[in-house]
Amino acid sequence: MALTRRLMMAASAAVVGFAGMTGLAHAWEPNKPIDFVIMAGKGGGADKMARLMQAIVEEEGMSAKPLIPVNKPGGSGAEALVALNTASDPNHTIMVTLNSFFTTPLRQPGLGVDIMTFAPVGRMAEDTFILWVHKDEGINTFEEFLAEAKNRGDGWVMGGTGKNSEDNIITDFLNSNYGLSIKYIPYKGGGAVAKDLAGQQIDSSVNNPSEALGFYESGDVIPLVAFTDERLPLFPDVPTLREKGADFSYFMQRAVVGAPGMSDEALAYYNGLFQKVYDSPKWQEYMTKKSLMGAKLDGPDLKGYWETQRDRHESILKASGAIK
Amino acid sequence: MEVLSLLLDGIIACFEPLNLALIFVGVTVGLFIGAMPGLGSVNGVAILLPATFLVPPTSAMIFLAAIYYGAMYGGAISSITLGIPGASTAVATTFDGRPLALKGRADQALVTAAIASFVGGSVANILFTGFAPPLAAVALSFGPPEIFALMLLAFATFVGLGGDDIPKTILSICLGLVLSAVGFDVISGEPRLIFFDITGFMHGINFLVLAIGVYGIGEMLWTINSTRDEITMTDAEITVSRVMAAAKNTLGAWRGTTIGAALGFFVGILPAAGATPGSLMAYGVTKMTAKHPQEYGKGSINGVAAPEAANNSASTGAMLPMVTLGIPGSPTTAVLLGGMVIWGLTPGPRLFTDQPDFVWPLVGSFYVSNLIALVVNLCFIPLFLWMLRMPFTILAPIIFTLSIVGGYAATQDMHDVWLMLIFGLAAFLLRILDYPLAPAVLAIVLGPIAEPTLRQSLLLSDGDPMIFLNRPIAGPITVVALILIFLPALKFGWDRMRQKSA
Repeated sequence: MALTRRLMMAASAAVVGFAGMTGLAHAWEPNKPIDFVIMAGKGGGADKMARLMQAIVEEEGMSAKPLIPVNKPGGSGAEALVALNTASDPNHTIMVTLNSFFTTPLRQPGLGVDIMTFAPVGRMAEDTFILWVHKDEGINTFEEFLAEAKNRGDGWVMGGTGKNSEDNIITDFLNSNYGLSIKYIPYKGGGAVAKDLAGQQIDSSVNNPSEALGFYESGDVIPLVAFTDERLPLFPDVPTLREKGADFSYFMQRAVVGAPGMSDEALAYYNGLFQKVYDSPKWQEYMTKKSLMGAKLDGPDLKGYWETQRDRHESILKASGAIK
Repeated sequence: MEVLSLLLDGIIACFEPLNLALIFVGVTVGLFIGAMPGLGSVNGVAILLPATFLVPPTSAMIFLAAIYYGAMYGGAISSITLGIPGASTAVATTFDGRPLALKGRADQALVTAAIASFVGGSVANILFTGFAPPLAAVALSFGPPEIFALMLLAFATFVGLGGDDIPKTILSICLGLVLSAVGFDVISGEPRLIFFDITGFMHGINFLVLAIGVYGIGEMLWTINSTRDEITMTDAEITVSRVMAAAKNTLGAWRGTTIGAALGFFVGILPAAGATPGSLMAYGVTKMTAKHPQEYGKGSINGVAAPEAANNSASTGAMLPMVTLGIPGSPTTAVLLGGMVIWGLTPGPRLFTDQPDFVWPLVGSFYVSNLIALVVNLCFIPLFLWMLRMPFTILAPIIFTLSIVGGYAATQDMHDVWLMLIFGLAAFLLRILDYPLAPAVLAIVLGPIAEPTLRQSLLLSDGDPMIFLNRPIAGPITVVALILIFLPALKFGWDRMRQKSA
């Protein structure tokens, strides 16, 4: 009897010890499907990227629970930001963001969103911008573009995604720095802009390479200048705006953030998960093919990057009069 | 001729055992997903996208396209048998499909829907195969002014119908337009009509929430009210001879089918539009050009054939800008496009030349899926009719439950379920007052397309409305639309003149 009792005690101690160990080894893990909020509509650049990440996670079995993509495109990301801010389970709510992550809270203080409270899961890439024109314009260089756009005044039309968005900020810069008066027409998504440039409904665009690539390859549109610091490997013959003497470059963050109030353990889990996604051959291939740049950032580095970006966007929006 | 041999190779590729099995499973799954209110092809494709990593990309794409086809057929089923649109693309099918079912001719409606779908799909496939590149050029020539002109024409078909009470139709359209303006404004980025600061309004009012509210809840309340306590059973018999007779009757719906197939494809290839506007416009045009427009809405088989031919035709049409331009024409093709990116394909102007091994089996699968969807659909008709034979006392709670589930499934937000119930009640009251509700549904679909294009056009022209008249494509469309809108007024004046002279 005594022996069995001792045995039982030993056994239960071993079980407890084992359970404790596995607890330590596994740390935090999601115990239900993860809400994967997309700050844009279906089919756009952000959406495609989010679904690629979801596919990589799914295919490689990286997560015990699946990521469930939910599109919340309303109001340049306002709907998505509010959804995360009020998430009932912050440990199971993450979001793919763009630069509206910086601009929308600045423009709409009423939303009560403070981006510094969001959990820094990981910046997966920085998307780049290029100035495109239709081949039939007969424009082949940035200088020719400046001359023609100046000549046409507000008859020159730039299409872009949304008002006060990335595309709008670049257009404003071109206008103020080169004395142009390009007319900016907001569209719902980058795909529609690319299509209308190919159909010559508009005169130019500042699409991301991923959005314009198809029409570039078919020869319909011509890249004139890249808004990056270095020339893009995919477009070695396209000069940067810096080479043309302007102190300006502009990128779009492609980052994953967690809902405010996410526990440190959960954040650590997602940091690891998205590091694996970043390191996967599929993601690396996508970055090369779509001309994405930027190193992986997470944790305090990502928060530091957000702070700089927020301040930069605040001064840009103030200068353009979008905010006071 | 090169196209034909490429197509033949593509079709043969579909008969590989794996691909054929995937088409069968995809079509059947799609049929049921489409028949579930609230779940449409977009949900089916999005849910099953990750499941396709197990097979090669071409087979995966064939599978997803089969789901897409099946769902387009399936959407009609609950529209006809229950009166709840199975998917947004099948809303127009309820207009005449439900009245036919109530008359005990559900088998006729289901057979007509299946055959019209098949014809629509086939016409679109032939156009797609033969003329993809020039049609892509047509899509490119439609800028904001052209799209707005087309939307104006769509509204005009509903106003200029005659028959209906015109002031009430216009009021119904305005109601829909106001609801479609809720959410965020694309042009300025500012929030609009966020009632009581409820965050649920930020994503706008989903079209399905209104459609299920009006046709699911509203229809149920209406039936309960109009039948009171007498228990109604819908007579729904099915025999082979009845199916044959129904198929024969469908020949009488050639007009709706033709208009649907042609118009649906055309609207489908325009990015931004898709199958839902396509089917609504096809219904409007068929009714407008009919000899007896007053028969529509009371169980006309042309009224079933037109939207069903159109939504299948438009779905294939929507594949065109996706494959040739890399721009999705509908929400479902947007998800398909995401899938292609995942498999490492770049949809765009060069896909046809760079990836023929992918494109032609896909195109071939459109033909095969379309045929298999027809057969599968016809086989399941007895099952759907059995559902109808249930007494209304049992059917009503089922409709109610399906409506709630469908309303929730669309956006997964309880806010939308409450909104749907409110719409249902409002629709019931408006129906008692004899307001047509189809125009409101049309407006909430077309509003979000019409409004930004109107404002983009006016930005382009510095506020000059002549932009809609002095462009080669927009001009004629606008003129026709304006004539249709003012036709009732002209007719009124003409009648008065005649009375005076008499």
